[in-house]
Amino acid sequence: MSLITPDFGLLFWMTLIFGIVFFILAKFGFPVLTDMVRKRQERIEKSLVDAREIEARMATWKVEQAQMLEATRKEQAQMLREATETKARIVSDAKAQAKAEADKLLAEAKARIEAEKESALRDVRKEIALLSVQVAEKVLRNELSDEGSQRAFIDKLVDEASEAQLRS
Amino acid sequence: MILTFLISLLLLQAPAPGGEFDMDEYLYGHVVDAYDWHITTVNGKHVSVPLLIIARSKTTGWHVFSSGKLAHGHEYEGFYILHDQESHRDRLLEHTPSGDVRPLDISITKNVAGLLFNSLVLVLLVLFGVKWYRKHDAREEAPGGFSGLLEMLVMMVEDDIIKPCIGPDYKRYSPYLLTAFFFIFVNNLLGIVPFFPGGANITGNIAVTFMMAMFTFLAVNLFGNKHYYKDIFWPEVPLFLKAFPLMPLIEIIGLFTKPFSLMVRLFANILAGHMMILGVVSVVFLTASLGPAMNGGLSVIAVLFGVFMDVLELLVAFLQAYIFTMLSSVFIGLSRQHPEEEKAEE
Repeated sequence: MSLITPDFGLLFWMTLIFGIVFFILAKFGFPVLTDMVRKRQERIEKSLVDAREIEARMATWKVEQAQMLEATRKEQAQMLREATETKARIVSDAKAQAKAEADKLLAEAKARIEAEKESALRDVRKEIALLSVQVAEKVLRNELSDEGSQRAFIDKLVDEASEAQLRS
Repeated sequence: MILTFLISLLLLQAPAPGGEFDMDEYLYGHVVDAYDWHITTVNGKHVSVPLLIIARSKTTGWHVFSSGKLAHGHEYEGFYILHDQESHRDRLLEHTPSGDVRPLDISITKNVAGLLFNSLVLVLLVLFGVKWYRKHDAREEAPGGFSGLLEMLVMMVEDDIIKPCIGPDYKRYSPYLLTAFFFIFVNNLLGIVPFFPGGANITGNIAVTFMMAMFTFLAVNLFGNKHYYKDIFWPEVPLFLKAFPLMPLIEIIGLFTKPFSLMVRLFANILAGHMMILGVVSVVFLTASLGPAMNGGLSVIAVLFGVFMDVLELLVAFLQAYIFTMLSSVFIGLSRQHPEEEKAEE
């Protein structure tokens, strides 16, 4: 067991002990750790790539969003304009329709009034005719109450009739 | 840490006032392997943990018994421990009729016991740290606390050392290199702890670093690719350098100098660190005979230096584990080169 000559016993034990330590650590020790760290590194790298991708996508999204917003605003303006137009048209249409309706009603009313008036007039005429016939009857009865006048009347009628025949 | 070490050493030396302080025995006693784990000496009585002697005699077969039976030069079942004053080594010897021989000796020595304890600590710590990953989805969350610390260390070793040094097929070698790193690191750290379960000079022992270098050597040469071996035996140099096999010879020597340098670097660095701390602390005892004032003053300085050395050793403990792992990775990386692809890339 001197300083610089290796001792057989120690060589033997060193080989055995180091072999066992190596076996245990190489199987259950370091690879577990290094594999996990390697996996974590891969994951971090992947996450970074993903983050960059998402960032790029976000940028395009932003542009798209702005475009969409712009388009929407345009559409909104367009719709507003159209709505105003439609409103005006509807109002004017309604007005026209109402006027037409009113005119029609008015015309109908007028027609009815006319008809009423006509029928009323007709009634009145009928009434007057009846009245005048009754009056004439009364007058005639009065005038023809005696024989002479009846005769004079008949003569007069005959005269008139013959005049009319001669004239024609 | 150092204070406890100091106290333990004071206890060690205090009962022998005026006695000669044996510097060599003190230094080597701490850094060299032993059959029992000496903790301290109280009033001339050694307090030590007896360990297991496992030896195979050529004549009587296997013997397993406590090293406490061999303490103080006692003999048991024909075995005894010889303490060589010159080389400071303890050797287990067996009495046989034809003289004393060295049996096949695979005793649980101080370093083996320390190795077992430190390995248990390492395995438990890593498994404890990894437990978090079994209970959580690591893709969704990151661990905190001890698991977070472990993850930080493991990923530092893998990302800073293993991946750049080996190249694309690093995953195959990653478990070995991580185990080597943490094995050396934990043994270095527990080597600095001055009291019982720690303090064994494990990574400062040539047998341990030899095996570590051997494992790297195997990892390099068992899985070397075609190009690697072609470069060794038939490198792209002028023919006369290969025909008279100068270059292959140099390459083959290089094959062995690489792990050799790994072995010596780790061994020498850790051994030197232990020696330095021990040396600084020994000032306290060496100056004991110079009177209380001198001894007290120098002890304060020694303690300050001891703190400095301990902090330095913390750095070295990490650094040597780092360097061993890095050089192993580089050597493995060299055996896995694909020069065609590199040329294509250029």
